[in-house]
Amino acid sequence: MSATVGVVVFPGTNCEFDSADAVRLLGAEPRMLWHQNRTVGDVDAVIVPGGFAHGDYLRPGAIARFSPVMEAVAEFAASGGPVVGICNGFQVLTEAGLLPGALQKNAGLKFVCAPAALRVETTSTVLTRDASVGDILNIPVNHFEGNYTCSPETLAELRSDDRIVLRYVDNPNGSVDDIAGICNAQRNVVGLMPHPERATSALLGSTDGLVLLGSLLAAATV
Amino acid sequence: MIFDVQVEVLLRPGIADPAGSTIERSLPTLGFDGVRDVRVGKSIRFSLDAADEAAARALAGDMCARFLTNPVIEDAVVSVAAAGGGS
Repeated sequence: MSATVGVVVFPGTNCEFDSADAVRLLGAEPRMLWHQNRTVGDVDAVIVPGGFAHGDYLRPGAIARFSPVMEAVAEFAASGGPVVGICNGFQVLTEAGLLPGALQKNAGLKFVCAPAALRVETTSTVLTRDASVGDILNIPVNHFEGNYTCSPETLAELRSDDRIVLRYVDNPNGSVDDIAGICNAQRNVVGLMPHPERATSALLGSTDGLVLLGSLLAAATV
Repeated sequence: MIFDVQVEVLLRPGIADPAGSTIERSLPTLGFDGVRDVRVGKSIRFSLDAADEAAARALAGDMCARFLTNPVIEDAVVSVAAAGGGS
């Protein structure tokens, strides 16, 4: 039986259909989860996709974390379910306290929208289990607030616990330690600024997102 | 009692403020020299019903910690005054 992947939809989310298409391409079944849902149902994995949840009012993710579905996502994550936050979804997961740190405005105030080379730093996460350490993946970024920031203590912990999942080869936004993605201590919640769902076809310029989303589906079905 | 509350949210010291530094770099092009330490934040104002000023401050502080700021990168300065205080 193929995996079912919940795709969280807030008002202002705009990458839910790209994410759903990618899930379908990989042979799994996407299921939209409206932000007012109080449960994620029987999904096997959850994607919190990109966009501008609740208009990014106050701060990106600040309002979204109060949506009823986020409590259900937190419970799903606490029970070991694989959760991936992409771009705005990463911002939501940090605001919700599921991942440490924060995403600040890009250094130089530049909105970046370009392919980015990413180095896989660990394969011990739900997003990278099928990749290899040192793999260079070409996946687009598209954000204004993707400058990962955290306290020196948090950074030390991320490094020592091997929780930096992806690093930019050429840092586009000022993120500390070139961080493009991190995971939680249990390694089942991953947040990343780049968009793997937009790198799923040669027509889109890259298929390097498939190994990441394929990892998520593999993690979902164990 | 009703209090007028103003919350000023600023990036914490040591956190890069790209908006502030961009403004700082732009001002000299208009001839405004000698400007330093530009910081950009946001101002949030509201009326609050609370027993007394201390209670209003405590409530506003709690709002800042839990919602109005992201403590990882932001600090807040809270001002509380009795509503209709003249100014």
